[in-house]
Amino acid sequence: MVRADFDKNLEHLEAELLLLGEMVEKAIIKAMDALERRDLTMAYEVVAEDDLIDEKRFELEEKCIDLIATQQPLAVDLRTLLAVLHIAVELERMGDYAEGIGKICMIIGDDEPVETPKQLPEMAQMGIAMLRRSLKSLMDRDTDLANDVWDSDDEVDALYDGVCHQIFLDMGQHPKTIEAATHFLWVAHDLERIADRATNIAERVIFVVTGRIGRYKQPTEETG
Amino acid sequence: MQDLDPILQSRGLNVYYDAKKAVTDVDLDVARNRITAIIGPSGCGKSTLLRCFNRMNDLIPSARVEGQVLFDGLNLYGQDVDPTEIRYEIGMVFQRPNPFPKSIYDNVAFGPRINGFQGDIDELVVRSLVRAALWDEVKDRLKASALSLSGGQQQRLCIARTLAVEPRVILMDEPCSALDPIATLAIEELMRELSEDYSIIIVTHNMQQAARVSHYTAFLMVEEARVGFLVEFGESRQIFTNPEDERTEAYITGRFG
Repeated sequence: MVRADFDKNLEHLEAELLLLGEMVEKAIIKAMDALERRDLTMAYEVVAEDDLIDEKRFELEEKCIDLIATQQPLAVDLRTLLAVLHIAVELERMGDYAEGIGKICMIIGDDEPVETPKQLPEMAQMGIAMLRRSLKSLMDRDTDLANDVWDSDDEVDALYDGVCHQIFLDMGQHPKTIEAATHFLWVAHDLERIADRATNIAERVIFVVTGRIGRYKQPTEETG
Repeated sequence: MQDLDPILQSRGLNVYYDAKKAVTDVDLDVARNRITAIIGPSGCGKSTLLRCFNRMNDLIPSARVEGQVLFDGLNLYGQDVDPTEIRYEIGMVFQRPNPFPKSIYDNVAFGPRINGFQGDIDELVVRSLVRAALWDEVKDRLKASALSLSGGQQQRLCIARTLAVEPRVILMDEPCSALDPIATLAIEELMRELSEDYSIIIVTHNMQQAARVSHYTAFLMVEEARVGFLVEFGESRQIFTNPEDERTEAYITGRFG
């Protein structure tokens, strides 16, 4: 087998990408925990640990650049390296949203009287599930699973619309809570963006497997 | 893939060296005023196929060609076709620069002279050297020996020599394999310029070169049972980012065999 060394490097790169995915997943979970428990120390940790996520992303980018420059990859190798580059950035941005939630926790403080809207943990769970599935679809080169990620995004969007509507209603009824409610709007926004980023990863998986670039929707069957 | 406008078409092309087959059933369309790369592993029949396009295989006693090569519809292997005339229309540049041991000027003027060229030969020599992107480097020493030029310059001189007989197609057999990277890039840039007016076929071992320079790529392969057959043909962009055939994929990603 020729190019065994290159193959090993590619495998290593994908393993590192998964590791970055895990770091991001943990950051989202921790940020949501901090929010629910109003735990400032935990929130501070999420913010601080985002630097590690950023570093990992740059490390991955450098490895991709090295391999592109030294191995001149073509076809599926080229698509894989470009996808890893792209996905590393997507993951890093997801990490930023987790960091954003951590910062909001710190602003809200530890004696916030307003209850966290119940849709937010649900959105976070769905976002995390989409993140996991998008990375699994990459590892398995599974376009069906990548498509599922797309479908889930509609559900997250619906939850987002619902929670925003709820928050606006609450603002109207309890003007004193407007400031706190605004913070929750931002959390909802961050979670919605996390899910969007997962669909971007799914798009890259479709690209790796099929070479098709851009927004992907399952082609509808022609009739007649 | 968009419909291409073919200048050359091979149909059911088979080539034998004595009893040994070198090219098997190749149907290939060569696009007009575009660069077509032929890639494939050693011994897959790339150069043999290339030589079919201007009947250079006629010069190899053991070679036998079956099938058709249509040049704008004319079968090059038809009975009334004079292979020498074909080679004016379809010129060739070889792996190693092979200038004649004559002056730079005489190298370029050689073809037109033996061809009985009646026009302004000075003008033709200048035009060919300009077109081959060599003029600026040699304009002050046209009488100097061609062998005083560097390898890359010699190769461009050979291209100028080919252009001087005003061909429509240029066949290039590994034209950069004896050149350094800078000279290689100069030839590649020249090829892209020339492709506005000429149809070019290049045989190359250098996949990156095929990806850089060509519009279309044909991938030939050799197996135990079959030699020199066409696996995949398509736009180079597609072949090098997303080939359809897994054998093409294996070859261009360096995982062949």
